[in-house]
Order: sequence, then C-alpha cells, then structure tokens
Amino acid sequence: MLKGHQSWVFENRPAIISTATVVGPFEGQGPLVNDFDIVHGDMYIGQDSWEKAEKSLLEESASKAIEKAGLTKDQIQFYFGGDLMNQIISSSFAARTLSIPYLGVFGACSTSMESLALAAYVVNYNGARHALAGTCSHNASAEKQFRYPTEYGSQKPSTAQYTVTGSGSAVLALEGSGPRVTAATIGRVIDMGITDPFNMGAAMAPAAVDTIQAHFRDLQIEPSYYDLIVTGDLSKVGYEIAGELFKRHNFPIDQTTYQDCGMMIYNYDKQNVQAGASGCACSAVVTYGHLLNRMKRGELKRLLVVATGALLSPLSYQQGESIPCIAHAVAIESE
Amino acid sequence: MAKQKNKKLTPTQQQYQRLASSKEPKRPVLKNCLRAFLAGGLICLIGECIRQAFIAFGGFDEKTAANPTVAVLVLISVILTCLGVYDKIAQWAGAGTAVPVTGFANSMASSALEHRAEGIVLGVGAGMFQLAGSVIVFGTFAAFIIGLFYAVFIPDFAGGGH
Repeated sequence: MLKGHQSWVFENRPAIISTATVVGPFEGQGPLVNDFDIVHGDMYIGQDSWEKAEKSLLEESASKAIEKAGLTKDQIQFYFGGDLMNQIISSSFAARTLSIPYLGVFGACSTSMESLALAAYVVNYNGARHALAGTCSHNASAEKQFRYPTEYGSQKPSTAQYTVTGSGSAVLALEGSGPRVTAATIGRVIDMGITDPFNMGAAMAPAAVDTIQAHFRDLQIEPSYYDLIVTGDLSKVGYEIAGELFKRHNFPIDQTTYQDCGMMIYNYDKQNVQAGASGCACSAVVTYGHLLNRMKRGELKRLLVVATGALLSPLSYQQGESIPCIAHAVAIESE
Repeated sequence: MAKQKNKKLTPTQQQYQRLASSKEPKRPVLKNCLRAFLAGGLICLIGECIRQAFIAFGGFDEKTAANPTVAVLVLISVILTCLGVYDKIAQWAGAGTAVPVTGFANSMASSALEHRAEGIVLGVGAGMFQLAGSVIVFGTFAAFIIGLFYAVFIPDFAGGGH
C-alpha cells in the first residue's frame, strides 16, 4: 500500500525465507567472514574472465538461496536481479542459467534493495508465491569497466572505495518463517554536482539522507523505531558527510544506531581499501549475511537498510557530467 | 575554469560541495612527492646500474647501452605487472612508478592482460593501447613540434650530419 509520497507498507509482511551470500578471497580476510555461506579462494571463481566470474558468483548465491529455502528453481515465480556491468550481463546471464522468469533492474549499488523492494511488493500482493532477489559485483570487473585495468599501477586517493567481490540473494514468500519485509521507500535521483568518480561517498550521501528522511516522513515514525539504520556503501567520507547533513537538517538520527555497510566488511588496519567498500554486493552480503544473522540471534529487531547507488557510466564522467545518485530503503523486522 | 563550472551549480549544490570538500581527507602531497622521488630515483638508479653493466660486460658503449637498458627495465616492469605486484608498488610510490618507462610498460601490459578475455585481435591487440595510446599520440605530436622548432631556429641541429 502506498504511504506518503514514495513509500510502500507491506501489510502481509512477506518473509525472507532464506538468503545466501558468496564472497571472494579478499572479503574472506575481513571481519565478517563467518557470516558468509561460501568464501572463494580464487578471484576468477574457476572461470576465464572477470565477467564470467561475476556471473558465477550470482548463480551460486541464487542456487544456494533456493536450496536453503528447501525449494527448487521451478517453484520460484520471478527473479529480480541487477548488477554493475553494462547491460546488466551478470544478472541476465545468471537468469539464463536459472531459467526463472526474470526482471532485470539497475540501480547501481542500490540494486540490492531495489530488487528486494520489488520482490517484496510482488509477493505481498500475491503476484508470486516465491520471488528471488539477487545482485552481485566483482572488484576486477568493476575496475575494468569503470576505472583502469586491474594490474595498472595508479595511486588511489584516500576517498576511493574498494568494490566488493561477492553476491547476495534472498528468497521471499508469504508463508514460511524468517525476517519480515515491512516497508520500502523508493528514492529520488539526487545530484549535488560531484564529478569525482573516486569520491562516490560524497556523491551518494545526499541521496541516502533524502531517502531516509522521506522514509520517516512517509511512515510518520521516528528513527528510534529502528534498532539499526545502515546505508549501503557510503564508506568513511560519505558516512561523515551524511552525519553532518542529518545534523544540518535537524534530523534526530542519534535516536538510533547509524552505520554503513561499506565500513563493516573490511579491516581498515590490515586491508588497504582507502575509504571502505562499495559495489552492489557490499550492502547485499552485509545485509543478507551479517545483519540478518544478527537479527536471527535476537540482537536486532527492526532494521532499515538504505542501499546507495551512483548512477554514472564511464562515458558520462569522461564527458564531464556530474554523478547522479539514488538510494532505496527497505525495512526488515524480526518475526 | 572552476568558477565557470560553479556558475552552473545551484546555491544548494555549491553549499554541498563546500561541505563535501571540507570532509574530504587532504591528499598528502608532501608525502606523495617524497615517495615518488624515492621510488622514481630507485628505478633510475637500477637503470643506471644495468647500463653500466652493459658497458662493462656487454661490449656496448655509452650511447648504445641505452637501448638494451630500456628493454631490461621494460621486461622487469612487465614481469612485475604479470605477477600482480606492480599495482601494489604503485599505490605506495605514485608518480614514482608512473613516470619512468616502467610505468609505460605497465600501462600496456596491464591493458593487454585485462583484455585477453576478449580475444587476441580485438582484446589484446586493440586493448593494449587503451592507456598507452594517448601517450604515443601526444608524445609523437610533441616530438613533431619540437622537431619543427629545431628546423626553423636551429637548422644545423635538425638537418642531421653530426
């Protein structure tokens, strides 16, 4: 049901009946390693190109999530997926393997929550008995497409972020047990004129703040309603800016705990990741792995995940365009 | 330029950009310069050692030793690139590893490696010059302009005949 300007409240409370997360070797060295289902030791995942490796990650997490739900592929009606590659090839090619009716979505790194919100909407209104939402990213394929060849020796500034190699998928259903998706807020595209592709955190922070404020305005609740609010991949620089924006807008974010997935997955002291993590998989693996595990242990009751995406292309910034950004929020509550 | 760009931004955007740049960690320019000096200097020192070795043991003279020296440096750079080490050194060294000939070799080798998946012709062949192409174009153009300068003002020098 539409509530306010841009939010949905899911009265039937679709359940996330299973999730699966798959990550690469570098994420396996991070502090959240025990929250992932599969940790690969090889960046190529046994494939012969970065793009194929990325597709394999998504295939694995999707199959694993379906398996964990005790279902088979033919019992999933719709699959919502997206990624960072041109023409979202990783998702579409994974959908070819899965052969589940597929809707490709693109919201850059906000795809994780965009796909989850859409899947929850469809399940809530009985559009599907089971729906699958999934996304993936790969550090090397993202570097190759958006920046420089992976082995090229360029010095990254301290605002740069490290794209997560991994994939996260979730299966939703009305029947069954699991954390409930209760609401979602679809973000507007916000562009504050930032042009530096090595400073995505600063570009995305206003979009995150805009969506978070819209969520509380639409649902007419206070931040204290949630035990934890996380943004997707603002990392150190964007997180600080978001904090400052909340203060300037007199938004009482300090009623609750506010964190960022991009600052959780790596160990800053041991891993050289500059400002932190980014990529579609960042918010996906942290949410579907770490945060939902915390919810299952009873540490979290109500969680708001605000995945942030920078909607640029390599061509757009070479042509001097600024970076438009978006954020989608999904509320997840324990049963 | 910067002012002209700012004019297109709304006051809110300008205000935000001031906030964003205040939160941006400052680039450690002095530290970067020092590291670039040390790393670049070390590469040149290694190059000089190789050159002297070619003169002492390889039967080359002062002038002809330059070519095999460059070839050895390029080879070392390509090997380090293929082993996945060069980019890690470069994160520390910055311009120190980018400016010498080793950086040029790295840009070609890394592009070739990256595009190997797209095949030999369209991948390696075309992709190799993704980064190096502009260096070659503007390098050749700059050499042409300087050549013209010599031809006009110091014709003896440009005309050859040592």
